[in-house]
Amino acid sequence: MAVLAGQPTDEAGPENPLTEGLERLPVAPTTLVIFGASGDLAKRKLLPALYNLAHEGALPERFHLVGISRAHKSNEEFRAECEEAIRRFSRRKPDEDVLKGLLADVKYVPGDFDDGSVYTELGKVLDDFQADAGEPLNRAFYLSTAPSFFPVIVEALGNSNLASHPDAEVRVIIEKPFGTTLAEARELNRRVLAIFEEAQVFRIDHYLGKETVQNMLAFRFANGMFEPLWNRNYIDSVQITAAEDLGIGSRAGYYDTSGALRDLIQNHMLQLLCHVAMEPPVNFTAEETRNEKVKVLQAIPTPTALDVEAMAVRAQYAAGHAGGEDVVGYLEEQGVPEGSTTETYAALRLEVDNWRWAGVPFYLRTGKRLARKITEIAVTLKSVPHLAFSQAGSLGVQPNQLVLTLQPNEGVSLRLVAKIPGTRMSIRPVNMEFLYGTSFLSQSPEAYERLITDAMRGDATLFTRNDEVEAQWQICDPIVGTWAQTPGPLPQYEAGSQGPEEANALLREGHHWRAI
Amino acid sequence: MEKSDAVWSEEGTTPDAIEAALRGLLFERHAENEGFLPARVLNMIAFVDREWSGEIANRLRGVGRYHASRMLVLQFEPGRTRMDAHMSIASEGDPTLGELALLRETIVVDIGERHLDDLLTIADPLVVSDLPTLLWSPHGHHEVMDELLALAQAILLDSVDEPDAQEGIERACSLSDRAYVVDLAWLRSTPWRERVAASFDPPRLRPELRAIESLTIRHHPDSTVAAMLFVGWLASRLEWETGPLEADGGASLIGEARDAHSNGVAVRLEAAPQLQVRGLEGLTLRTALGHELSLDRGPGGLHAKDRNAQGEEREWTIPGASRGETGILGEGIRQALLRDPTYVPALKAAEGLLA
Repeated sequence: MAVLAGQPTDEAGPENPLTEGLERLPVAPTTLVIFGASGDLAKRKLLPALYNLAHEGALPERFHLVGISRAHKSNEEFRAECEEAIRRFSRRKPDEDVLKGLLADVKYVPGDFDDGSVYTELGKVLDDFQADAGEPLNRAFYLSTAPSFFPVIVEALGNSNLASHPDAEVRVIIEKPFGTTLAEARELNRRVLAIFEEAQVFRIDHYLGKETVQNMLAFRFANGMFEPLWNRNYIDSVQITAAEDLGIGSRAGYYDTSGALRDLIQNHMLQLLCHVAMEPPVNFTAEETRNEKVKVLQAIPTPTALDVEAMAVRAQYAAGHAGGEDVVGYLEEQGVPEGSTTETYAALRLEVDNWRWAGVPFYLRTGKRLARKITEIAVTLKSVPHLAFSQAGSLGVQPNQLVLTLQPNEGVSLRLVAKIPGTRMSIRPVNMEFLYGTSFLSQSPEAYERLITDAMRGDATLFTRNDEVEAQWQICDPIVGTWAQTPGPLPQYEAGSQGPEEANALLREGHHWRAI
Repeated sequence: MEKSDAVWSEEGTTPDAIEAALRGLLFERHAENEGFLPARVLNMIAFVDREWSGEIANRLRGVGRYHASRMLVLQFEPGRTRMDAHMSIASEGDPTLGELALLRETIVVDIGERHLDDLLTIADPLVVSDLPTLLWSPHGHHEVMDELLALAQAILLDSVDEPDAQEGIERACSLSDRAYVVDLAWLRSTPWRERVAASFDPPRLRPELRAIESLTIRHHPDSTVAAMLFVGWLASRLEWETGPLEADGGASLIGEARDAHSNGVAVRLEAAPQLQVRGLEGLTLRTALGHELSLDRGPGGLHAKDRNAQGEEREWTIPGASRGETGILGEGIRQALLRDPTYVPALKAAEGLLA
């Protein structure tokens, strides 16, 4: 079926006058197939998200779920697994009748992802659901597997004629990481797009499903007071921080092959940077929004090997104290290979070479076992050119700073300078705070609930496009490559600290990392 | 779970004293812990009969996170001459360093007849300026509501509370000319509207919306007005002209609407005495193309039954949990911050169903 890239294809045909005013727009009848259905992501996020959508009546009129993974088990055993996962991880206590209804006809197809018979069986299950419904059912294939299986599954879907359907939309949802290098990302895109059209592909970056990330666009483009200042003339620097207080836990197997740069900067943090730096799109359709984000990524110069030392820092956490307890260093964590040079901390200084941002440094940093968990974007404005007040006896003037906090306390804070009450003209910085919890009654839905719904609706606005992924890798790949060729050991930072001293070398004169 | 409260009360008080005490309590709480922050989303004024205020308090307690940030309860007691007040500033637990806890303010003012003429001057100082204000009078008192409307941007009502459908619709029409109306009877039908919209959303089915030839709605005996609002919604969205419904001799109302091509649409509202809760029990839509869709309440969601033009029948359940009456009230409070452009057209079309 011919589709316009990025447009919710279900909106084709005459308008449905009944959708006006509804908060929840209809989602076309769909069968969702989860590859890797017994995995951690499916259990912790996807199945609970599906339950919550069912609870709220937000699933399609006709909805079927199929799980696929290697382990042999019956439909009943898989349903019991789903039930257990939902009971354990759902954000609300399940309603027994809704849970029973959701799981009643869930099917399970066991087998290896490269085994053609799995897809033959899957095709039969999908056809049976469709015959039973008496109407075409859209198909959404969710790839929640190890990344090495992404191309295998996609090609098997193509070989089994499951990648398209004459009467229904077929979509593929691909989890991160989308490649571990630029070459891999390109190769994966090539193989995926040999089977599916771009409009059928939904690459997940779950940060984009967070309300606070989406709100950044509303904040920037729906408030007249910020946009006139949002450029190199008034903004001195931008700092984006994604700090975690926890270590790697039991994820050594994954984390040691990934590292902080691949895990967070290449995807989530570059997305945040795009939201800060992008031009206002003509409208908020998937294509227009993503076009603007790609322009930002393309304006960031690709670093050379020589640049890397000056613009990127990596480090590993050493033993220290976190949450009042002694904790081990990264190299002592269970499952971490001896002498590993995987970074648990990464910081970059990037520049966006365009008319709006030329000369403004964008500092990005992420790390594990830092002082606390926080994700924030701090935009520091330039200092006032002249100050008529004496700063003696006061904390003095600091530049205005706008901080958008994504977690844990979602909100926006604006640092201003105010007079200290008294007979002297003493001044100090004060904060004007806006906190989400104080201003909205609604609870934000889990990112995966929003993303699964959008993918089933065919709305790709909150998903990453092929050129976007490649542009992200274009920036990170030279750093990954240079680091891979630089022997260890890595600089260390004490667990529970602000990070390595070496990160200060990235800062321009007069700049400081914000306290985590 | 609400853990800690700061409380204050005074007999023979004044609005100024109440407001000053409220400010004092807020300072105290903030001094106690900087993590306490007053929520600033919505004022809500409830005018209630003191005799039934316990029931209202229970209902409001059930709305959970949809609690208004400042709740002002004007508690009316016939014969009372003295104004008394008590208030609480509650939080959900005590925040530790770096954490935040939202404060919710509840002010209850006891008043009698002699205060009714001055209601505006009593209530005005006690609502937060610049926040939207929602007004609710669950025990009637239309004249009081009309006066307090000057303070409110939205009004919460349940049009099934009126003695009959005619009064319910007329009252809602009159209020909707003066403020944004959040009607719980309308909100109870939201899942039904969503499901009908979704059922006809596939492009191949959308043309059938213009070919609906009959509509039957089964409803709680007290919820005729909810059924009428649903008919009004379809009529306003599909450009039907509604005509008066008449009793069919039993518990049903029947009539005919005219679609955009002047074809008749048979409308039937059937009371369903077995339904234990307010709202709709089910509906059946039939199109001139021979397609029939029924939706009925069932365990775990709506039970759908579809018969196509060839006579093939299919049944399934669309999952969804009941929100319950407290959930509906909470949704009503949340809706005060939104604007549904389809309610008033539905209400006006429902007006055409009245005899």
